[in-house]
Amino acid sequence: MGNNLVGNHIRKLRFDHDEMTQQQLADKVGVTRQTIVALEKGNYSPSLELAFRIARAFNLPIESIFYYEEDHKK
Amino acid sequence: MTYQEKKSIVTLISTILIFAIYCLYMYPRYPEQGAELTEVLRYWGAFVLILMLVSIIAHIIISIVFNIVYRMTTGEKEPGFTDELDRIIELRAHRISFLLFIVGFLCAMGSLVMEKPLYVMFDFLIAAGFLADVSSSVTKLYHYRRGF
Repeated sequence: MGNNLVGNHIRKLRFDHDEMTQQQLADKVGVTRQTIVALEKGNYSPSLELAFRIARAFNLPIESIFYYEEDHKK
Repeated sequence: MTYQEKKSIVTLISTILIFAIYCLYMYPRYPEQGAELTEVLRYWGAFVLILMLVSIIAHIIISIVFNIVYRMTTGEKEPGFTDELDRIIELRAHRISFLLFIVGFLCAMGSLVMEKPLYVMFDFLIAAGFLADVSSSVTKLYHYRRGF
């Protein structure tokens, strides 16, 4: 797991959306597959703009995808 | 391992190899003792200029060959653009390599102040350029693997 405090459910959501591949999600939100890999590993906190694009790709509110680790532990 | 990680490793290895081979070729051609200052300066000027030219051409060729090999071995196409993660990592790599080069530049100027031979100043400058280049690839590799 990565070292930043913003976690996400991208991996789970991809599988819930017809087993969408990392490349398909990357193409949808306009980043490279490497960035999706880094996000899923928790190695990278996306910009607000990218977070919104990912939320739009899954048709979900942003807080359903991303969470703050400290809040998640509670 | 992803495309960016592989590319960072290839760039790192090629940078070290190009520099090592070039130094092995050029250092024996250093003007003999007692040569005129203009001849020594011409040697160092040529050393730096040719090194830059050789590095650029070699990196372009290596990059093309790497992309071809990557496509053939993985069946994937290399990313045709840089996204926000690439740009942040690029900025960090630049920051560290600039910092290293500035330290090398200051050491080079310091050697002049301390009345060291001229070759010490050029050695510092060339070493700083090389280390800056290496540190850039290492930083990219580190951040692509570990995140931040």
